[in-house]
Formats: sequence, structure tokens, C-alpha cells
Amino acid sequence: MSDSNEIYQKDSIFPPPLVGGKHDFHSVTEAICGVVEKPLSINWLLALGFSSTFLLMLVASIGYLFWEGTGIWGLNNPVGWGWAIVNFVFWVGIGHAGTLISAVLFLFRQKWRTAINRFAEAMTIFAVICALVFPGIHVGRVWAAYWMLPLPNQMAMWPNFRSPLLWDVFAVSTYFTVSLLFWYVGLVPDLATLRDRAKNKLAFWAYGILSLGWRGANRHWQNYERAYMLLAGLATPLVLSVHTIVSFDFAVSVIPGWHTTIFPPYFVAGAIFSGFAMVLTLAVPCRKLFGLEDFITLRHIENMNKVILVTGTLVGYAYAMEFFIAWYSGSPYEGFAFINRAFGPYWWAYLTMVSCNVISPQFFWSKKLRTNLTVTFILSIFVNIGMWFERFVITMSLHRDFLPSSWDYYSPTIFDVSLLLGSFGLFFTLFILFLKFLPAVAISEVKGVMPQADPHWEGYAHKEAH
Amino acid sequence: MSEIKKNWGVLAEFANPAELLHAAQKLNDLGYKKFETWSPFPIHGMDDAMGLSGSKVPWITLGGGLTGLSIGLLLQWWTGAVDYPLVIAGKPYFAWQFALPVTFELSILLSAFGTVFGMFALNMMPRPYHPLDNVPAFRRVTDDKFFLSIEVSDPLFDMEKTKALLSELGGTGITDVEE
Repeated sequence: MSDSNEIYQKDSIFPPPLVGGKHDFHSVTEAICGVVEKPLSINWLLALGFSSTFLLMLVASIGYLFWEGTGIWGLNNPVGWGWAIVNFVFWVGIGHAGTLISAVLFLFRQKWRTAINRFAEAMTIFAVICALVFPGIHVGRVWAAYWMLPLPNQMAMWPNFRSPLLWDVFAVSTYFTVSLLFWYVGLVPDLATLRDRAKNKLAFWAYGILSLGWRGANRHWQNYERAYMLLAGLATPLVLSVHTIVSFDFAVSVIPGWHTTIFPPYFVAGAIFSGFAMVLTLAVPCRKLFGLEDFITLRHIENMNKVILVTGTLVGYAYAMEFFIAWYSGSPYEGFAFINRAFGPYWWAYLTMVSCNVISPQFFWSKKLRTNLTVTFILSIFVNIGMWFERFVITMSLHRDFLPSSWDYYSPTIFDVSLLLGSFGLFFTLFILFLKFLPAVAISEVKGVMPQADPHWEGYAHKEAH
Repeated sequence: MSEIKKNWGVLAEFANPAELLHAAQKLNDLGYKKFETWSPFPIHGMDDAMGLSGSKVPWITLGGGLTGLSIGLLLQWWTGAVDYPLVIAGKPYFAWQFALPVTFELSILLSAFGTVFGMFALNMMPRPYHPLDNVPAFRRVTDDKFFLSIEVSDPLFDMEKTKALLSELGGTGITDVEE
């Protein structure tokens, strides 16, 4: 922290450099590949052991769920959607920051993204894997889950394309596939770097096959850069569409508190908000543990905190507008749904949501706080908690429906909890494996934004004969 | 069993992106065609310096997108309105409004497939072997070194003159590359 902090604190009208310390191309390669090439550390193994214990808990819970059925959850009659959808929306939302950093910031030529995009894209993919687990297992009869796909079958029936739940299948699976391709395309030149540095046969073959014979030819870079830009252009509307369609799962129903037009933008803002918080939760400890402080600098952290401040405030605005429209619509059911959210049996969940999502990001108005790593880390955890509760609060609109005689209270069972904790185990296991076996920072992209990468850099001035 | 190795071309190393760009510009001005620059990251301005025409990837992307668009619309119309019409919640068998999300997603998906697989196909990847793999120093190309290669099949190629030219342009460690 000390080094990049010093650079940062100097008053200057120019932004601090994207790569801190004194790096040349080779030292960048060494610093980032070094993480991968070092022998396995005991701390890494302990972390993997810890997270895979939770992964095992996920697998065991899913096994029991398949054996016993969804009755092991706390679902009841008005609350037919419980933690499964809460967790699904939570994880999909987390993923959005990765795509935003890799695609949207790329299109806006925000060069600071290069240090964190690999990291954030990996997070996207692992979060979407966690998300896909929940709709996969919640269907009750898992052996019929393939009915979600338009496959010819003995009943001669097709999926119902008029249902937003089916749109969701297409949206999330497309999102996963495109994110994976985007990530992989970005990885190819860096995998080639690892291949060319490989010390043993296994690494040479593994990275060699994955890098597809990349050798850095300019004709290849030309197609590659064009493809990368197109993928960014495709991923940008895609990421906006995904959470929009996720919000349709709720908004296309006729449940008070769900049937609102504010849902798509409000869900997208919330997704970006929670995703950036998760990037920070991961980045703050990782840059320290793996010595990547020169690449993920305080400038990156501060920029992300600014995004959190903006999106958190947007989310707060959406909460206020929901209440306003509930009153302004004059619909007694709509009005009741919101009064019940804030003051009904789930008041504690609503309070948690508002405190974590609306109040906690406001601390980032202060430059001192948003460049403080401890504050950033703690607030990012608060945002993660708050955004999980947001989805919980929305889903719990079900507990008091139109007919008071059918009102009920939803409480999670131990299996709801074990599946949520287990999904964190899956996420962190994948992430820990990623940090060890793949370059966590995009090597070729970081080199590309260094001043000496520009052929017209002043250091080369005397060679500019032509 | 020994086989006679043919020459593939020559390889020269350049100190930095500026010199590589300068050399590529010079070779292009002289009319060389079958030369290539190799670098750890894309160099700004190199496409123009080498006189390359634009990338064809966008056309493949467009093809993929239009395919996805057609599949999305046809799939939803044919399954819902032709093959097995079923009244659900009083909604029409087919309408473009409800077909939008799935059509959009399939267009994006197939555009992305076109972009990625099209890019790899245009680059003729995967390519497990390349003559340059025979040059041990070339391994640093994915780290911090900048190279330029000229193939013997270039009409202007002349072993002595081309090597002299590369040396004059600032190339070092000039080596023959066997096929």
C-alpha cells in the first residue's frame, strides 16, 4: 500500500500512473506470472481446503434436495419462491460488474480497467455458475430440467416462449457463454506467455493447448483487437438485457410490489452496485496477498468506490420511487405491499437493506474514506449483505398476498442456509483455483497501456527519423 | 533418416515498438508483402505501417447475428404458432413483442460465436507448430521482445540483401528460420 499510496497522495492535475512502481515489460511479466509459477503455498492450500469444505456442503445439500424434494426448504403456500430465487438473483447481479468493467469501460476507453478486468471477468463467470445452480435445482423434478430447452421430445411439446422464466433461461445461458468467450479470448495471449515460460512439460502442454498457438503476430493482433472490441460491443447490451430479463421474472407477474416498470433499470443499477462491491471484497485482500499493488492501485480502488457511490445512490432513489409510485398509483394493494415491507413482519430485512445499500455507500463522498482500504473492504461487505437482503425483501412480497387468510411467514430451514453458504464455497473454490493457475491480471493489456508501449513515446523520440 | 530442411525466412529482433514500427513502415514502402511483426501486445499504428487492409471479423459477426435473429424468430413462431399451438393465459400464439427477449439473446449469442470462432479461423488458429518455434530467442515474444520476420517466398526476398536491410533498419540477432 505504502508505495502506490505515496504516488497517489501527491497533488497533481494529472491522474496517477496506471502501473505503479518502476516497471518495464519484463518485470510486468515476472510479477504477474510469478504468482502462477510459484510452488503451492500452505496458505493457498488451507484456503482451498476451507472453501472446498463449503463446496462439499453444497454438493451434499443438493444431493439431499434431489432425494427428498423441495419440501426441505422453508417454502409455504403464499411464499412459493424462497431463497433459491434470492440467491439466483444475488449471484447473477454480482456477475454484472465483471462485464461492466470488461466491456462497458473498454468501449469508453477507460484504460484503468486493464488491471482489474481479468479478475472481474473471472468473478463474473464463477458468480454466474453459482447463479445457474439455483434455477437448475429448484425445478423439483431435476430429471426433467431439459424441458427448459427447445428440444424435440416424445410429448411433441415445446417450451412456452410467452413466459419470462424461459426468457431468463436464454438470457442467463447466453450471458454465461458470452462472458466465458470474452474471458477466454482475453486470456489467449497471456496463456501463450505462460506457455513460453513453462518450466515443465505439463505446464507447457496445458498452456500450449489452451493458447491455441498464439505467437503475437500483428496480423493476429489486428483480428484479435477487432474481435475483442466487437465482443465488448455485444456484451454491453447483453449485460443490460440480462438483469432486465431477470427483473421480468418479477415484473411480468401481477403481484403488488413486483408489477412495476421501474424494475429493469433498478435491477441493473443494483446489479452493478453489488458486483463492484464483490470485486472490491476480492481485490482488496488479493492485491495484498499476491503482491499486485502496483497493478491494482489505489486509483483503481477509488474509481470503483465512486461507481459504488453512484449506483448505491441510484438504488436508494429507486427505493424512494417505489414508495412514491405505490402511493401515487392509488392502488390499495400496492400501497399495502410497501407499508408491509417497511413496517410488517420483515421490517428488519428492510432496515438491513436500506442501511447497507443506501446509507453505507454515502461514506464514499469523502476522498479519505474511499482511498482507505480497510473502510473500502468493510463497506463492500455491507453492500454485499445489503444487496442479498434487497432480493430477499422483494421476494418476501409474497408472504402477504391478496387474501389475508392465506398470509404466512417464511423462515429458512437449515438446507436453505447450507445451499447459500455452499454456493459461496463453490464461488471461492473456483476463484482460488483461478488465482493460482491463470494470470490474475491481463498481462498483454497492462503492457499495452504503459507509456513505453506507444511507439511515439518521448523515450523513443531520437529514433523518430521517418 | 535425414531430411533437407528448407528455409522459411529470416527473423530479426528490434529494441522497442518504435523501431519495429519504423522497420515495418520501411519494408512496406519498399514493397515487401510477406513480412510480419511479432510483439507482446498490439502496437498502435502497426496495421497502417504494414499496409494491412481492415479485419474481416465484423462481417462474420454480422452473419452470426443475422442467423441468430432468424433462428430466434422462426423458432418461436414455428413452435408456438405452427407445430403445437396452445392457448396459455389468453396470449397470442405468436407476437413479436414477447419474442423479443429470446430473439435478442440468440442474436447476441450467435454474433459472439461468429466473432470468436471467426477470429480464430481468420488467424488460422489453433496452430500447434510454426517455423519460428525453432528459434529459441523467439520465446520472449510473449514477454518483452519485438521481432520482424520476412518469408523467403516474398518476391523481393534476397538472402543477402534482405539481411543487410534488416540490419540497417536496426535489427539484431538476425537468423535464418528453417521450415
